[in-house]
Amino acid sequence: MFGYYLKLALKSIKRNPILSALMVAAIALGIGSSMTTITVNYLMSADPIPEKSQQLFYVQVDSWDPTSPYNDDNNDPPNQLTWTEATNLMAAKKAKRQTAMAKSGAVIEPSNPDDKPFEASIRLTFADFFPMFNTPFLYGNGWDQQSDLARDYVVVLTREINDKVFGGENSVGKNIVIMGQNFRVVGVLDHWQPVPKFYDVNNGAFDETEELFMPFYLKEELELPNWGNTNCWKSPEGEGFKAFLRSECVNFQMWVELENSQQEAEYLDFLNSYVSEQKALGRFARPMNNRLSDVMEWMENQQVVADDAQIMLWLSFMFLAVCLLNTIGLLLAKFTGKSAEIGLRRALGATKSNLFIQHLVETAVIGLCGGVLGLALALLGLQGIGALYGSFVEHLTQLDFTLVVIGLGLSLVASIAAGLYPTWRACNIAPASQLKSQ
Amino acid sequence: MSASNLEIGPIFRALMRNKVGAILIAIQIAITMTIIVNSVFIIVERSQKMTRESGIDEANTFHIGSSAFAPNFNHQVSIEQDLALLRALPGVVDAIQINAVPISGSGWSMSLQTQAGAEYDGIGSAIYMVDENGLNALDLELIAGEAFVASDIRWRQRGQTDWPEQAIITKAFAEKLFPDSEWASVAGKTIYINDNEPMIIKGIVDKLQAPWVGWDNVEHALLSPERLAFPTVRYLIRTEPGMRDKLMPEVEQALATSNKGRIVRGLRTSAEDRERSYRGDSAMIKILTTVMIILTVVTALGIVGLASFSVNRRKKQIGTRRALGASQGAILRYFMLENFLISSVGVAFGAALTVGLNVVLVNAFSLSAIDWFYIPIGMITLWLVGQLAVYGPAKKAANIAPAIATRTV
Repeated sequence: MFGYYLKLALKSIKRNPILSALMVAAIALGIGSSMTTITVNYLMSADPIPEKSQQLFYVQVDSWDPTSPYNDDNNDPPNQLTWTEATNLMAAKKAKRQTAMAKSGAVIEPSNPDDKPFEASIRLTFADFFPMFNTPFLYGNGWDQQSDLARDYVVVLTREINDKVFGGENSVGKNIVIMGQNFRVVGVLDHWQPVPKFYDVNNGAFDETEELFMPFYLKEELELPNWGNTNCWKSPEGEGFKAFLRSECVNFQMWVELENSQQEAEYLDFLNSYVSEQKALGRFARPMNNRLSDVMEWMENQQVVADDAQIMLWLSFMFLAVCLLNTIGLLLAKFTGKSAEIGLRRALGATKSNLFIQHLVETAVIGLCGGVLGLALALLGLQGIGALYGSFVEHLTQLDFTLVVIGLGLSLVASIAAGLYPTWRACNIAPASQLKSQ
Repeated sequence: MSASNLEIGPIFRALMRNKVGAILIAIQIAITMTIIVNSVFIIVERSQKMTRESGIDEANTFHIGSSAFAPNFNHQVSIEQDLALLRALPGVVDAIQINAVPISGSGWSMSLQTQAGAEYDGIGSAIYMVDENGLNALDLELIAGEAFVASDIRWRQRGQTDWPEQAIITKAFAEKLFPDSEWASVAGKTIYINDNEPMIIKGIVDKLQAPWVGWDNVEHALLSPERLAFPTVRYLIRTEPGMRDKLMPEVEQALATSNKGRIVRGLRTSAEDRERSYRGDSAMIKILTTVMIILTVVTALGIVGLASFSVNRRKKQIGTRRALGASQGAILRYFMLENFLISSVGVAFGAALTVGLNVVLVNAFSLSAIDWFYIPIGMITLWLVGQLAVYGPAKKAANIAPAIATRTV
């Protein structure tokens, strides 16, 4: 029966090529625009580390200015930590795993004298970073906690830097000159680009991961510059790099891994008691306001999904609505034009449900054609967005399998929904009236 | 022409017999108007934002960074040599070392206040550290007070946190700091940085934007008379008109070869900074424009489709009317008027929906409230689109021969 309906549907579509093409085009445009914006929003709001996003928590404490809040609009504590807090909380080791971190940069001098020195970005972090965030290693491993404290000159390279400096070979154990110092390579990461780059959304939520990873305390040792966002409410006391490091300026992020809500409560208790101690020392004059946010809460809090992307998402849904209304109108016209045929079939014994299914098949065929064309348009649209926004959206304009399924499903559901009323109307045509007028 | 001649009554009654098609078109028109009017409003706002001037000679300015890595690198000597080299190049109007570049996206900001003490609130401003050539290199016009002279300039060491005794600020910042004074009289007054470090306002310049184009205080800038003895520095070079592209590789080459203990990087024009800073806005404008055009076409085609269909269905009726003496004009008028009635319902509904969507956008995304005149313009536009779309099918209807009434289909 289905095959027969399909044949009828194709016949009917061919009979009115212009009307059918208009419907397919309308659905395709609606699906194309919605899928483009859905893709961008879906990737912007994606869970970057689904297997662990509920066990990783971003740490905030309110070390800000006693006289004015960090953020005038809400009561949020600063979104980064001071060096003092980062190092104290790390030393306390109260979580299963923990890592403070910061962004920096330095010049690499390749050993081959023909290769020019170049500047690379650095993530200063702790040994726990790699197991916490499940980073994939191509060669070697991260460093151990011993190296954190000993301030060893060890480094983990990204695959790109390893290709650039060592021609892609296994460089574990080799030396690399960074900031004029000899570093030992302990590991090389495979491609790793969390989207969003959740571990540091302050400095570009969709930026590339850093090119080098090295122990956090080398910041102090090598006086590495602040590359990320730095905010101060009070100027450093004293001169020089060390004074700046020990100031009330916030430039550091910290994540902890906690396995359940009990550990989470305990860690929050620890933060509160830590702040109480600091209050006794004359710091933290603001009311107690410490936070732990898991990955998705933190993405939400930091408004990782751009406003423009959301505006476009809603506009594109309205666009889809217009396209569907259009399709309903055209289907109505088309099916009414077929009333004589429908009357005849009814008179010859076809039931209402037979006709209903027949016409639903016809709309589904149109919907699927529109969906496939719409996905092609979405690819075009995403390419357009890629061209307009440049490298910023590089990781946000790729259709994956889920999105293709969503797109086809959406077009099918939308077209069938659009077809329901016209189909219902068509089936309710009284056979007698149609036959009479002939 | 009276209402009865316009046949509104019969048209309305005919519409009532086929409500669904008419309602569909009306809703389509309403939503289309909502999207188009809100899009146009966003586009106009973004374009206005993009036409703001940075204050510098954007077409003839570029900048380049230098990062020292050699041990015992002498920063002060290197910077002095670099500046001498750059300023001597033919075609260079002026060159300075600067800590941040206007509209480039990254820089320094500090809070300034008119009374000393941590209990007073300050106003944020971008900080540009420049020497006595700063005004010339940035193409700023001094409109009150005096410019920096060589003896005003000091060296800032890494980690040094105090500030020079003098500053030059923009007119917009002066007006914000001292709302009750004439801006010209602000020169000579004292402001405080870091709660209580005084800086005397030596001069006022016409206009200079902060590095961040989306910042509320984008027109606030303060020039601080100093050079930075930092390992990573940036030079801003202003060239004679038309010389920029020729000088860029020359400057890169000259700096790279003059001192091997550093790398030069980040060679970029101010025009490129503008393009990058406003890329999101310009993309939004292009996307919304495309959406508007496609949407209008879709709605228009929908109207054409439904009107053609209804003309086809009423062929016999039309023929009968023609046979009974209705002129071609009357038939044309019938369909145009029918569409006008449907569109009117649509745009009335659309006006409400437009305001509704704008309210949602204002609340959710802190957009500004729409100006009232966008609504009537939008209504008229959609009316016109409807009339244009229906003209083709209506013309076809008018051309139906009266003889058709005598034939059976």
